[in-house]
Amino acid sequence: MTEVTRAEYCVIACAEAWRDAGEVLASPMGVIPSVGARLARRTFAPDLLLTDGEALLVGPDGAVEGWLPYRQHLALVTGGRRHVMMGASQIDRYGNQNISCIGDWARPTRQLLGVRGAPVNTLNNPTSYWVPRHSRRVFVEKVDMVCGVGYDRAADAPYHRIPRVVSDLGVFDFATPDRSMRLASVHPGVTVAQVREATGFALAASDEVPYTREPSARELALIRDVIDPAGTRTREVGH
Amino acid sequence: MSDKTMSADEVAGRLADGMTLGIGGWGSRRKPMALVRALLRSQVTDLTVVSYGGPDVGMLVAAGRVRRLVVPFVTLDSIPLEPHFRAARERGAVELTEIDEAMFMWGLRAAANRLPFLPVRAGIGSDVLRVNPGLRTVTSPYDDGETFVAVPALRVDAALVHVNRADRLGDGQYLGPDPYFDDLFCEAADAAYVSCERIVDTAELTKDAAPQTLLVKRHTVTGVVEAPNGAHFTSCAPDYGRDEAFQKTYATTPWPQFAERYLGGDEQAYRSAARVGVGEGT
Repeated sequence: MTEVTRAEYCVIACAEAWRDAGEVLASPMGVIPSVGARLARRTFAPDLLLTDGEALLVGPDGAVEGWLPYRQHLALVTGGRRHVMMGASQIDRYGNQNISCIGDWARPTRQLLGVRGAPVNTLNNPTSYWVPRHSRRVFVEKVDMVCGVGYDRAADAPYHRIPRVVSDLGVFDFATPDRSMRLASVHPGVTVAQVREATGFALAASDEVPYTREPSARELALIRDVIDPAGTRTREVGH
Repeated sequence: MSDKTMSADEVAGRLADGMTLGIGGWGSRRKPMALVRALLRSQVTDLTVVSYGGPDVGMLVAAGRVRRLVVPFVTLDSIPLEPHFRAARERGAVELTEIDEAMFMWGLRAAANRLPFLPVRAGIGSDVLRVNPGLRTVTSPYDDGETFVAVPALRVDAALVHVNRADRLGDGQYLGPDPYFDDLFCEAADAAYVSCERIVDTAELTKDAAPQTLLVKRHTVTGVVEAPNGAHFTSCAPDYGRDEAFQKTYATTPWPQFAERYLGGDEQAYRSAARVGVGEGT
């Protein structure tokens, strides 16, 4: 077994988001979350539903088991039986997320995608985030446009939950008294100081931050030989 | 019964400056691009465009025809950021009503149901409320007492959609995996124009396809346009996929140059310049 790569630790960290999720739709956005969700379904979360990226629900062998066009997908979101992992151009200490624009909304310095489904996602089903390049440009004190709603703005939202944020440096959650972001684990090869240096706000952390867990031999074989034999995961995290 | 067939240019001729226009499809998928091209050949301007935005939005914005956009996103899918929308936003050239994907759908549903609004659990806590100061909330009158965004009806003056098949009466059929929201756009519109890959006899529609594929109903349709490759360069499954090479040309060519090269003539000239259909089966 060759050395575990950073991309593979990221896959494991993303897969763990869907542990104990039960029979819900996993909506991974991005390559590594997709590999992670498929790994979770093939191992510890067999009841997950996954799409082909378009309008079909497909099983691990590719067999079509259902139809989920956008209109039904949006209904499923509001029904809550889904855990989505979105990207984030910016994310702040309470988990507010931005994918709309950088700068003043009225006349942005950089127009991005728009809010997409981030508002409906964050108010209705668990929403995690994936950041392939952890930096102070992404982990900011305050996001320019709140698309995904954070804990400091969701006091009255009955179904709001941000289980985790995964980056190429570590795993983060909001298990603190004021629900601010906490460093839950660092990937092997990464130091806590390195994470703090790359984060634009003060990050909560315990005295001894654990390492992200090792993949099992079976999980590595599934990632390398079955789910992502072409190695597309290294396009998102090249180290 | 009335034959509603007309040309794309006739559709454009029925649109007027200042109208609110709903455009079907999703991102760079089954967009009524032949109708958009006809609109670009006309002088119609000062539009409010309501769309799950893709190159339809990009082209109309680049050509300076849009005053206001009502969108949850604008994307080319395989190219995440629409370059013309982006440029227009960054130079402050277009007004924007930016709402969530689900809020957008509920807005169309409200319009289709002749309701002033529908409550939606989305938008609360987000900056969608900050950037849309006109949006109101509504509190449940029942014991839960939850507060929702009251999404106003997205009523449009005219809708443009593209489907795989239609008959001359306006019955429209999709044959791909996703209907998107084209039926809702037609129901939310005062006048709806449906372009299609092929006009067929009514009986032909269900000869090889289930009746559930009959998406658009004729009582919601004003005009039917036969426009083969009419969604080009967006996808129109199963008739054809997205023309990725041409989309890349669109995204990387300066607009005046692109418009001159591809949009200076009629639809036939476009197809010839863009080499649409070259290399396809019979």
